[in-house]
Amino acid sequence: MSRPHRFRLTAAVAVATAAAFTLAACSSSPGSSSASGTSTGSSTAPLTASAPGITASTILIGSHQPLTGPAAPGYDEIAPASTAYFDWVNAHGGVYGRKIIYKYLNDAYDPTTTASVVRQLVLQDNVYAIFNGLGTPTHLAVVSFLNSEKVPDVFVASGCDCWDNPTQDPETFGWQLDYIREGKILGQYVAEHFKGKKIGFFYQDDEFGMDGVKGLEDEIPASQVVAKESYVDTNVNVAPQVAKLRAAGAQVVVSFSIPAFTALLKLTSLKLGFNPQLVVSDVGSDPITLSGLLESFAKSAGATVNGNQLTQGIITDGYLPSLSASDSWYVLFKKIHDLYDAKEPLDGNFFYGMAVAYTFVQAMLKAGRNPTRADLVNAINGGLPQGPMLAPFAYSASDHDGVTGARIGVIQNGVIVEQGPVLVTDATATGAITDYTGTEQQAPASGVPSP
Amino acid sequence: MTVSTLPRRLAVVVVVAVIVAFLSIKLGAFRDYQIAEIAYEVTAVAGLTVLTGLSGQISLGHGAFMAIGGYATALVLMHLNWPFIVALVIAAAVTAVAGGVVGVAAARLRGPYLAGATLMLGVALPAVAYAFPATFGGDQGLDVVFTVPSFLGVNFPLTRWQAWVGTAVTLVTLLLLANLCYSRIGRNWRAVRDDDVAAALDGINVAVARIRAFVVSATCAGIAGSLLAVITALVAPGAFTLTLSIALLTAAVIGGLGSLPGALWGSLLIILVPTYATDVASSHGLSSSVGSNIPIAAYGVVLILVMLAFPQGIQGGVRRLIALFGGPLAREREHIATPEHSEKEGSS
Repeated sequence: MSRPHRFRLTAAVAVATAAAFTLAACSSSPGSSSASGTSTGSSTAPLTASAPGITASTILIGSHQPLTGPAAPGYDEIAPASTAYFDWVNAHGGVYGRKIIYKYLNDAYDPTTTASVVRQLVLQDNVYAIFNGLGTPTHLAVVSFLNSEKVPDVFVASGCDCWDNPTQDPETFGWQLDYIREGKILGQYVAEHFKGKKIGFFYQDDEFGMDGVKGLEDEIPASQVVAKESYVDTNVNVAPQVAKLRAAGAQVVVSFSIPAFTALLKLTSLKLGFNPQLVVSDVGSDPITLSGLLESFAKSAGATVNGNQLTQGIITDGYLPSLSASDSWYVLFKKIHDLYDAKEPLDGNFFYGMAVAYTFVQAMLKAGRNPTRADLVNAINGGLPQGPMLAPFAYSASDHDGVTGARIGVIQNGVIVEQGPVLVTDATATGAITDYTGTEQQAPASGVPSP
Repeated sequence: MTVSTLPRRLAVVVVVAVIVAFLSIKLGAFRDYQIAEIAYEVTAVAGLTVLTGLSGQISLGHGAFMAIGGYATALVLMHLNWPFIVALVIAAAVTAVAGGVVGVAAARLRGPYLAGATLMLGVALPAVAYAFPATFGGDQGLDVVFTVPSFLGVNFPLTRWQAWVGTAVTLVTLLLLANLCYSRIGRNWRAVRDDDVAAALDGINVAVARIRAFVVSATCAGIAGSLLAVITALVAPGAFTLTLSIALLTAAVIGGLGSLPGALWGSLLIILVPTYATDVASSHGLSSSVGSNIPIAAYGVVLILVMLAFPQGIQGGVRRLIALFGGPLAREREHIATPEHSEKEGSS
């Protein structure tokens, strides 16, 4: 059903001047012949400034991102990647003819700065929506403000379960796999593959780490867990924690850590002659980021290490398409990367920025031709196609979590090699983990989702 | 002297209030928010500049006192539903007590040891919120509900109300601080700062003077934290990091240690320069890796330039300029930091 639409969309791209009209024609679904009533349904209605941030020719969205500071390495590639995808969409007819302008400001991962820059975007720049604001503590500082201003707060770049609170925060939506689900999926793998082994946890002392541990504990028998050690992201000395994990005899260490602390865990373990099997959450396991950090940390301590050698065998999980040349999404994202953002590495962070931008374009297309802010929220509440994600989204009026599953992978020679089926679950303690039976979607030939 | 000082200060307060009210109506909502931000920043920096510039003690943990004020306000508003002004007073009182406790310890410590102790406070205290998530909301913090009073009408912008409240509280705090600094208490602080042995010989209780300075300074930080809570609508441990404490000290030094107008200059600088530099960087279409670092570089350059040009801070520079061009007018100026001024004051 979506295929003819895509052909018409491709045609629209060819005839640049007629793009808006043709795209609009695509938008009216087969059953909507009586759609002339509302401006959003009509295929020929003129493009209007239907909401703050929307003009006849542009859609302005904003974000807060850590472009400097401790969280910047790796994460600062995400917003430029999203921009690259929007550039591609803008060059191929835009969203109903409108170009997306993406303005992201640096908050240096400091919540007080986040509060300020987000108000600048909303109150001064009049953005239509806040998109992909990055970080748990940072974004928490603006959730109530955005909801009281009724600004759509879509696809927060954090797996905290706190974005799924539709009664109190109807404007806020998660996107990536939440850490509870992720903890369950990793926990089940560990429970199945390391029966009877001693297991230790290493986690960040905040919602991120604690949500992850919550999920892990749902699956791993308490009798197997010998140590639970947390770190704070302002203290780079993790030797006490690693020493305790070692003293407890942990054979497997499950780590809910950001990339810098995954690297510190690995290097400190090495120094202490401790070599457990590492299982690392998706956010802290991108092999390219990790190997770069390992090498630079070791270098500043006067040692030389081979990053890829050290990441070898780390077990992790992923909800984005793999970086393999046979994947249709990889082909598309690489094409856009080479065209618009060639200087940045083609790694997991780039994929993340691309995929979340793709989801946003899907949501905007669904929100209609002249959308209000409420139209975008309603469109997402009605559910979104999974696009490049490995598992479907949870979106509904009562569930604002994002993607619902992931696949286990093992890092081999600097790339994540996928293991087994995609697993989906819910965020409750008792919810079963099941194999995902649906099929993954293929990237559209045009690179732009069909409405 | 004492007859003319208070009316003059009141006049300054009224003029500033009128200017802010005018600006808040004239400028947009985000500028109103920035005015409110500057207001709480000035309050905290003013407290710190009095502590460091007048009593000669350092604090690297003032963010912790702001956290105490912020959380006290949030808890009062949430559980008791009392009006903001009551919450503000309670927050100030709670922080004053905390400041007294820290001050007792601080009175025994000097230089780097005091810096270390207050640094520890600044790092450790916000972590209490993680230890008692049921009370303090953990990482997510507590939401603070602050609304425009009904008599202003439904269309009155919240940010303008925040700017007004912030400015009003700040001006009252500054007025009280200025009076305090010129009182006997303030003179005792300066005496203790310049030579504590001489001060003790003069009959000043050095420890009491130091503790008093800590209480006053912490109270200002508590008031600032209370304002921050209602302005950002949230208190969370992430807002009270070491970065905040260091930024406060930076603003105090850059504005001119010990000077209340200096607190304003310093706060203006650290709030407006990054925003302005970001706007300039993005409007010139610089690549994001360059553009995102420009505000930090600009901030650093400004700090270096100010310190090179005005070793006494911006207010020190202002004074020098006035002395150059204003001649006799300069003598009328209010400066509470420089020792030579207190001599003049004594002789006049």
